[in-house]
Amino acid sequence: MTDLTKSFSVKARDFVKAGEVSIEVQELLKSVGFPPDLIRRVSICAYESEMNVVMHGGDGTCRLTVCPKRITLEMADAGPGIEDIELALQEGYSTATPEYQEMGFGAGMGLPNIQKNADDLKIDSKKGKGTRLTITFDFRDGS
Amino acid sequence: MKLAHIQEILRAEVITGDDQLDMTLEAGTASDLMSDMLTGYNTDTVLLTGLCNAQVIRTSVIAGVKAIVFVRRKRPRSEVIQLAVNHQLPLLSTPFTMFSSCGRLFAQGLRGVEGRVSERMDAPDGEFTP
Repeated sequence: MTDLTKSFSVKARDFVKAGEVSIEVQELLKSVGFPPDLIRRVSICAYESEMNVVMHGGDGTCRLTVCPKRITLEMADAGPGIEDIELALQEGYSTATPEYQEMGFGAGMGLPNIQKNADDLKIDSKKGKGTRLTITFDFRDGS
Repeated sequence: MKLAHIQEILRAEVITGDDQLDMTLEAGTASDLMSDMLTGYNTDTVLLTGLCNAQVIRTSVIAGVKAIVFVRRKRPRSEVIQLAVNHQLPLLSTPFTMFSSCGRLFAQGLRGVEGRVSERMDAPDGEFTP
């Protein structure tokens, strides 16, 4: 298999389309024929990070790279950045507004859930400088 | 459990997906918190919820939920219904509350997602395994 790279735009505060990029990523991986559990893990991480960009970040891009042994998802935004990454990785810590919580999000589970489903998560963020998540998934036996 | 049986137990109206009532759901889940839907292993389940926005549909697609039942006679807006149609996701609406809906389905044999959790997730104790 040759490497496959695809980029998508993610718009901040666009709740009409929020999540569509992740569904497109999911459909693309299904069409390639990856194992269901791997698709599930990548899709969940894509969706969690896409919703974070829509809710907290500025406009951003999602880049999916599929290599023979690895899938990499890069989600970068030009938003306000994460002030305390260690704190943001704690389950239950959230800066979501009541508006987002009414939509069923903002429980402080996003980044911890990405960390749980990914094989590796790198967070590059500074206050006022935006955020870049690099999420990688290694192919294991069947997943 | 067949979706048609769920419809009967919950006396539910089918909003969309009349042609999919023969599908089999392996377990049930209930939540108004979409974040929770992404942390468990909810593939091939029916979701009971009181939320009616587009994110319920998209979260369900990502999580592998196969059908959604809105409780308390709730009904989403037409654009949300269209989104479900696009993803071939059946939508039903029941007059029962979330609590009663879960109880009725459990009493008829539908179980939760405990015991079918992915090994990557927090290990369940298996106490509620069907």
